[in-house]
Amino acid sequence: MADPSPPRSSGVGPSARPSAPTGAAPAPTPAADALLARARAVRVEGPAWWTSRRAEALARFAARGFPSLRDEDWKYTSLARLAATPWAPPDRAYPRAEVAARVQRSRLHLAGGLVLVFVDGRYAADLSVVPPQLGGVLFGSLADALRNAPSHLEPHLGRVAVGGDRPFADLSTAAFDDGVLLHATPGTCLPVPVEVLHVTTRPGTACFPRTLVVAATGSRLTLVEHHVALTDAPYLSLPVVEVSVAQHAAVEHVLWQEEADSAFHVASVVAHQARDSRFSSCVLTLGGALARTDVDVVLDGEGAEATLHGLNLVFGSRHADQHTRLDHAKPHGTSRQLYKTVLDGKAVGVFNGKVLVRPDAQKTDAQQAHHNLLLSAEATANTKPELEIYADDVKCAHGATVGRLDDEKLFYLRSRGLPEVIARDLLLRAFARDVTERIQIEAVRARLDRWMTERMPALAGREERT
Amino acid sequence: MLEIRGLHASVVGKEILKGVDLSVAAGEVHAIMGPNGSGKSTLAGVLAGREAFDVTAGSVTFDGKDLLPLSPEERSWAGIFLGFQYPVEIPGVTNATFLRAAVNARRKQRGEPELDAVDFLALAKRQMRLLQMDETFLHRSLNEGFSGGEKKRNEILQMALLTPRFAVLDETDSGLDIDALRVVAGGVNALRGPDRAIVLVTHYQRLLDYVVPDRVHVLSAGKIVRSGGPELAKELEAKGYGWLTGPAAKPATTKA
Repeated sequence: MADPSPPRSSGVGPSARPSAPTGAAPAPTPAADALLARARAVRVEGPAWWTSRRAEALARFAARGFPSLRDEDWKYTSLARLAATPWAPPDRAYPRAEVAARVQRSRLHLAGGLVLVFVDGRYAADLSVVPPQLGGVLFGSLADALRNAPSHLEPHLGRVAVGGDRPFADLSTAAFDDGVLLHATPGTCLPVPVEVLHVTTRPGTACFPRTLVVAATGSRLTLVEHHVALTDAPYLSLPVVEVSVAQHAAVEHVLWQEEADSAFHVASVVAHQARDSRFSSCVLTLGGALARTDVDVVLDGEGAEATLHGLNLVFGSRHADQHTRLDHAKPHGTSRQLYKTVLDGKAVGVFNGKVLVRPDAQKTDAQQAHHNLLLSAEATANTKPELEIYADDVKCAHGATVGRLDDEKLFYLRSRGLPEVIARDLLLRAFARDVTERIQIEAVRARLDRWMTERMPALAGREERT
Repeated sequence: MLEIRGLHASVVGKEILKGVDLSVAAGEVHAIMGPNGSGKSTLAGVLAGREAFDVTAGSVTFDGKDLLPLSPEERSWAGIFLGFQYPVEIPGVTNATFLRAAVNARRKQRGEPELDAVDFLALAKRQMRLLQMDETFLHRSLNEGFSGGEKKRNEILQMALLTPRFAVLDETDSGLDIDALRVVAGGVNALRGPDRAIVLVTHYQRLLDYVVPDRVHVLSAGKIVRSGGPELAKELEAKGYGWLTGPAAKPATTKA
């Protein structure tokens, strides 16, 4: 088996941070108490390695607790409101007709595509669409996989997202009771993107969408993970995606987050790349009162290539935080990052992009860019590149900007008869364009376009009405 | 068609226009000339509704209606067009998207059906051939990376597509080589008609060899100090502005 061995937590240098401030135990919070109690009650059948991995994660989270503003990685993102709520486990029951309608509306309807639907964190086989021909791809529920074929999972599950300080990944590992497994066998090329649709129906609940993608040597697949909700009231979603990309394999992941505007969404996408592999991540942050996404990639083989991009459209009093961490561990790696954030109202945007180039990773070529567009005087953007370079023959570039809509551009468009609302909409789309045009799946681009059409003119005209 | 009476305008508190009077009748082409800093671009900007300019006194009417309360888009819908001295680059918006949005915004205001992509492209390509513009311009970002001459042709293309009743071209001729100048002049001449009026704001006489104006005005220190026929432009070319704008020529009200 040519699958790589993912990094252990004994990595050298800066990643080997202690997982928690030593000494004092974390202050108990209603959320931590409720979620720990739930994790302790979870019963998932599985082999001994899984039982102990889960117990270790549980112990780590219990000792660490939720991060606070004192943690460098959480300096601009307060979890106080999230931590104050004793999030309940979701019911087994859900309004089936309503969910089915939402699935019909939200899915991309790609011909021959696999659609896996999860409702409140649990696999809904009857709402999922499984095409007859999917040669070479093993897929299904993680809970089932843990019962049946755990040896495939052992090198990956809970092993990619491990090491460093990952309280939410630990909590997920300890508490999830189902998830997605997608395993492309060597040389398999899946022509149609796989869609995973997570629907949250219950306010006040927490769920742990969990995904494991294993792309064996020379395989290729695309996964669109779409988060939607049937409720407008607050809930908590803590998705964790582990991606293991073997030699010459290619994985494209789209995290398309359309949570309720009052939701809490804290997501981790963690990828491990072997030699000459390609990984691409696109994060579309369209919802959530608090949305935090960590994209964390280890380029652990020569010639690996990672492309990360994202668009945050943040309005009202929402808060969106995008963290990326690129660990160039081997020579000749290439990484490209492009993130754009539009902020309106009293919204807060955070971007922190860390690029680590280890001593062995000569000839690394890393580029990072993050651009903010502020539409109101009360919106805030915090953006910080963080470069740690321990090799001497590398190319690393980063750039960050914070700007406003240009009055001169607006006047030009309006002088040609475009109403102000349309002129602003055009300029917003123009700002987003170099991210949106990188989205490979046309159906996603079209959907995003429609979302902007429905939501942006109102936003663009907002200032005029006040 | 356009009546300007006693117009005063300021930019960040500094008075630039100090009592401009101008009448432009339908069917006429006027040239406004003058040295740098005389207020030519401010006058053009005020007519198009640039918000940074404060009109502190005077009036502007268009077809007898007060123009000043109208937004830039409302002025466009009324038939006013400003050719920019420095056309703005807008990366991420293709020329085609922009031009079609502009044409359709106008059609919508007039209660005409909007053009679909096919009809619009046919119309745009016809106009582009007349302006000797390559079709690839349609698919490039608006003015982004265009040369000076390309930007000015693009302004004329917009004018041709929007068929304004009143066009102000702010130094559309500056920075053009002779071929581009001919093309631009051809675009302006094509727009001339009994129901339309054009004001050419220019620093140089050479555009007026190709577009012969009915009236020439000299703007200096915020006022029109001399008006005449096309021969005035030739005189300016020969003598420069000094004889009109020098200390002896300044109005008595100007403070020393």
